[in-house]
Amino acid sequence: MLLDVHGLKKGFPGSERQITVLDGVSLSLDVGEVVALTGESGSGKSTLLHIIAGLEPTDDGSVLFDGEDICVMDDGGRAALRRNSISIVFQQFNLIPSLNVRQNLVFHARLAGRAASVDLPALAMSLGLADHLEKFPEDLSGGEQQRVAIGRAVASEPKLVLADEPTGNLDEGTGQAVFDLLLSLARRTGAALLIATHSMRLAEAADRRMHLSHGKLTE
Amino acid sequence: MIGPVLTALLSHWRRRPFQLATLLLGLSLATALWSGVQAINAEARKSYAEAASILGGGGLSELVRTDGGMIPVKTYATLRRAGWLVSPLVDGWLSAEDGRIRLLGMDPFTVPQDTSIAAAVESSLYPELVGKNGVLLANPATAARLPDLEDRLRVIEDLAPNIVLADITTAQELLAMTGFNRMFLAPDQPLLRPNLASVAPELAIKPPATANDLGRLTDSFHLNLTAFGLLSFAVGLAIVHGSVGLAFEQRRPVLRTLRALGVSAHRIVLCLIFELLTLALVGGALGIIVGYVMAAALLPDVAASLRGLYGATVNDALTLSPFWWLGGVGIACIGTAVAAANGLWRIARMPPLSPARPRAWIMASNRAMRWQAGGAAICLAAALIAVTFGGGLVSGFVLVGGFITAAALFLPMVLSSLIAVAARQSRGPIGQWFWADTRQQLPGLSLALMALLLALAANVGVGTMVASFRATFSGWLDQRLVSDLYVTVEDEADIPAFMAFLEDKSDAVLPIWHVDAEVMGAPAEIYGVVDHPIYAANWPLLSSLPDTWNRIAEGTGALVNEQLARREGLSLEDRLPLPGGWTTTVVGIYSDYGNPLGQVVLPLGELTRNYPDVDRSDFGILVPEQNKEALTAALTKEFGLPKDRITDQGVIKEFSLAVFERTFAVTGALNILTLAVAGVAILTSLLTLASMRLPQLAPAWALGLTRTTLGRLELIRALVLAALTFTFALPVGLVLAWMLLAIINVEAFGWRLPMHLFPLDWAWLGALSLGAAGLASIWPAYQLARRPPADLARVFSHER
Repeated sequence: MLLDVHGLKKGFPGSERQITVLDGVSLSLDVGEVVALTGESGSGKSTLLHIIAGLEPTDDGSVLFDGEDICVMDDGGRAALRRNSISIVFQQFNLIPSLNVRQNLVFHARLAGRAASVDLPALAMSLGLADHLEKFPEDLSGGEQQRVAIGRAVASEPKLVLADEPTGNLDEGTGQAVFDLLLSLARRTGAALLIATHSMRLAEAADRRMHLSHGKLTE
Repeated sequence: MIGPVLTALLSHWRRRPFQLATLLLGLSLATALWSGVQAINAEARKSYAEAASILGGGGLSELVRTDGGMIPVKTYATLRRAGWLVSPLVDGWLSAEDGRIRLLGMDPFTVPQDTSIAAAVESSLYPELVGKNGVLLANPATAARLPDLEDRLRVIEDLAPNIVLADITTAQELLAMTGFNRMFLAPDQPLLRPNLASVAPELAIKPPATANDLGRLTDSFHLNLTAFGLLSFAVGLAIVHGSVGLAFEQRRPVLRTLRALGVSAHRIVLCLIFELLTLALVGGALGIIVGYVMAAALLPDVAASLRGLYGATVNDALTLSPFWWLGGVGIACIGTAVAAANGLWRIARMPPLSPARPRAWIMASNRAMRWQAGGAAICLAAALIAVTFGGGLVSGFVLVGGFITAAALFLPMVLSSLIAVAARQSRGPIGQWFWADTRQQLPGLSLALMALLLALAANVGVGTMVASFRATFSGWLDQRLVSDLYVTVEDEADIPAFMAFLEDKSDAVLPIWHVDAEVMGAPAEIYGVVDHPIYAANWPLLSSLPDTWNRIAEGTGALVNEQLARREGLSLEDRLPLPGGWTTTVVGIYSDYGNPLGQVVLPLGELTRNYPDVDRSDFGILVPEQNKEALTAALTKEFGLPKDRITDQGVIKEFSLAVFERTFAVTGALNILTLAVAGVAILTSLLTLASMRLPQLAPAWALGLTRTTLGRLELIRALVLAALTFTFALPVGLVLAWMLLAIINVEAFGWRLPMHLFPLDWAWLGALSLGAAGLASIWPAYQLARRPPADLARVFSHER
C-alpha cells in the first residue's frame, strides 16, 4: 500500500466555535491507483490533500506514505517527501512566473535531482506545448498553464500525484482535455493519482471514487 | 537543490529590472552618503592624528612654565647642566595664504628619537636645517601656502598638514621670539638628578596628552556630519525596505510553490539571505564608489569648514584605508539586513499555503499606524528626558534625533487626518473618490513621505540655522571691523615713523597687537586696545557691566569672547587668571563668531607691560572713504609696503563672508543630496504602487473616467501629498532650527545665535518639494494615461 490515511481529524477556529472539516477520515491508495475525491465546496477536499502532502498539520490521526508517518515528520522531512515522491497540481497552476515553460517543466525534476532523465521534447509534445517552451506563464492561456503544471508534476517521476481541482479554473472542453492528459500521464508513469474534483463526469474515469461530506469520507 | 531554488528566486529580478534598479539605487545611495561622510571623517581624523603626533611629541612628557610664559635659554642650560635630558621647542604661527600655519622649531641634536618630529626629519637633512638661513620642512600643500619662504622650504610628503618644522634658531628668527615655549622630556632620565623644584621652580612637568585635543574639539562637527550621513542612510533604507518588502510579497506565490515542490522554509530563507547578500555587495560596491567620488568632491569644503570653525587643517586629498572600504560593504550589508529583517522573519514563519497579498502588504493596517504612534511617543519622551536631565552635545543630538524621528512617525496619522477632513469637504463624486483613494494609497507611500519629511525638516532646520548665522555674522562683521584700512608693518622698528606719518593723515591709528598664549589651560589670543570711542560705539557686546569701556581704559577689567566665557563658565565680574600669574576682572563678554579660540581684550598698556613679546605689526586706521586710496599709495611709497599688507575693510568682509559660505557649502550639498534621495524614494514608491493600482483604477475607468483624467489625478495626488508633507515639515524644521541654534551650536561651537526667519527660503523649498514630487509622479501618471484599455479590462476577467 502506497498511502494509508487513518482517523484524520482537522478543524479550524470559527467565529463562535471550532469548525470540524475532517472528522476521522481514513483512506488508502495503492501504487498506480487513480482515486477521485468529490465533495461540495468547502467540504475539506483541499485540506485533505494538503495534509497528505505535508503542507498542513493535522489535529489527530496518521498519514502513512510508503510506511512512514508524514504527521510526525519535521518540516525538512516533509519537504524531502514532496521533493522526491509526491507532486501536487493546484487549481491556480502555481507556476513560477519568472521562469519560462521549459524551465518550469523541469523545475521539480531538478529539485529532485532527476532532471537528466526528463525527455523534455517528448514531454512537451505530449503536453501540446512544443511551440511554447520559451514563453512565460503570463503569455499562456489557463489551459496551457495547467498543462505546464501537470508536466512539471509528472516529470519528477513521483510515486503519488495529488491534484487539487486541476480543472476548476478551466472551461468544460479544456478541463476535459487537461484531465485526460493528467490521467494518461499518471497511468504511463505508474504514479498513483488522488484527484479532487467537483465534476462527477471526470470522477467516473477514476478507478475508485470517494465522497467527502460533513467531515466524513464515504466510498 | 540550491541551484534551481536560486534560479527561481533570482529570475524575479530578471523579469523586473526596474525593481532591481530601484533596490540597487536605494542601497547604493544609502551606502554612498554614509560612507562618503565616513571617508571625510576618517581623513580629517587621520590629519588630526598626524598633527597631534607631531605637536604632542608622540607621547612624551614636557616641561612648561607654570605661568604659561616663555622658558629662557638660561633655564634650559641649567637643566642640561643638572643632568636633565630635555630638548627645547619653539611653537608659533606663521601668516600664510588662507590663514596661518604652525611653525615648530626643534633642536635636531637633542630631540628624543621617540618623537614624531625626530622620525619626520632624516638625519641627512640636519646640515641644511641648522644654522643661519636654515631650511623649513613642510608637506606639499602647506609649502604651497608659503610662497614668501619658497626658497627655504623643503617638501616632505608625509609631514602633517599645516605644520612647518625648522631648527630652533630658524623658528626663533621667523617668529621673532627669544626663549622656548616648552621642552620635551626624554623618556629615560638619569636616576641621580636634582629634582625639578630645586633647579627650575617655575617649571612643571606636563604629562603627555591622553587624547587628541583637536579631535575632541572637532568631534561636534564630525558628529554633525555623521548625523547627516545617518539621516541620508535612513532615507536610502526607506527605498530598500520598500523594494525588498515588495519583492518578498510579490514572490510569495513562488515561495508557496517552492514549499509545495519540496523546498523547506529553512532553505528558502537561506537562499533569500544569499540573494540579499549578493545584492548588498553589488549595491554596496556601487555606493562605495559614489561615496568616494562624493567625499573627494566635498572634502575641500569640509577642510575649509574645519579650518574656519576650529583652525584645524585637513588634507584636501583622500587616502583611505582598507577598513573604510570594508566598512562601506559592512554598512550596506547591515542596512540590507535591517531593511529586510521583517520580511525574512515573516517568510521564515510563513505557513506553506500562505496566500500572496502584495496589496495587503502595501496597505499598512491601522494597527501599524498605532504602533508608529507609540514609537513616536517613545522618541518624543526620549527627547524630553534628554533635554530635561541630560547635558552636553550627545543629549542635544538625542533631543534632535528623538524629535525629528517622532515627527516622521507621526506623519502618516497627520496626513490621514488631513485627508479625512478634505474628504468630508469634497462635494463631487470624483473628489470623493479622489480623497478616498488617496487615503487608501497613503500607507504605501508613507515611508517615502516620511523620508521626504525628514529631508524637508532637515533642510528648513539647517537652512534656517545657516541663514541665521549668515545674517548675524554679516551684521557682526559690519560692527566688528571698525577700521577703514588694516595695515601690517614689515619691521617693528618702523612703528614710530609709521605712527608719526599717519598722525595728520588719518582720524586715528588703532594698534591690533596681540599675543598667543594659554588662558585657563587652553590656547587663546590676548589682544590690546587703545582708548577710543569707536570701540564703545561698535564693539558687539553680549553682556557688559556699566561703564565697560572706561573700566578697560582704566585697566581695571578685560573683555572675553563668548567661547571662552562659555567654556570656562565665566560671568561678569568674575576674576580671570592670565598668563604671567596675574588676574583681572571680566567686565564684558562679546560675540566672536567663527573663532575657534578663546580671546581676551585688555588695554594696550596692560598687554605690552605683561607680555613684552607681543606681536606689534598690525594696525587699524580710521580714514575717510575718499582718502583711502591716496593713503594706501602714500604708505606704499613711504614704507615700501606691498599691497597685500594694506587691506581695505570691504575686502576683509568679502573674504570673511566667502570663507563663511565655503564653510557651510558642505551642509548645503548634503541638504540637497538628502532631498534628492527623498525624491527618488517617492519616485520608486509611486512606480511600485503603479503596478498594483489597476484594481483600484479599473472600476473608476469603467465608470467613465478617462485614462488621461486618471493620470492627471495621480499627478495631483502626489502634489497634494507633497504639499501636505511640506506644511507639516515647516514647523518641524523651525523647531529643529531652534534646537540647532540654541542647544547644538552652543555645545558644539561655544556661541549662541539669534534665530531669524526666512519665508522666501521656505517658499523656494516648498516649490522644490512640489517640483520633486511632480517630477517623481510624471512618469507613473504618463504610463497610466497611456495604459492599454485591455490591461484595465483584464482586472474584471478571472482568466486570460
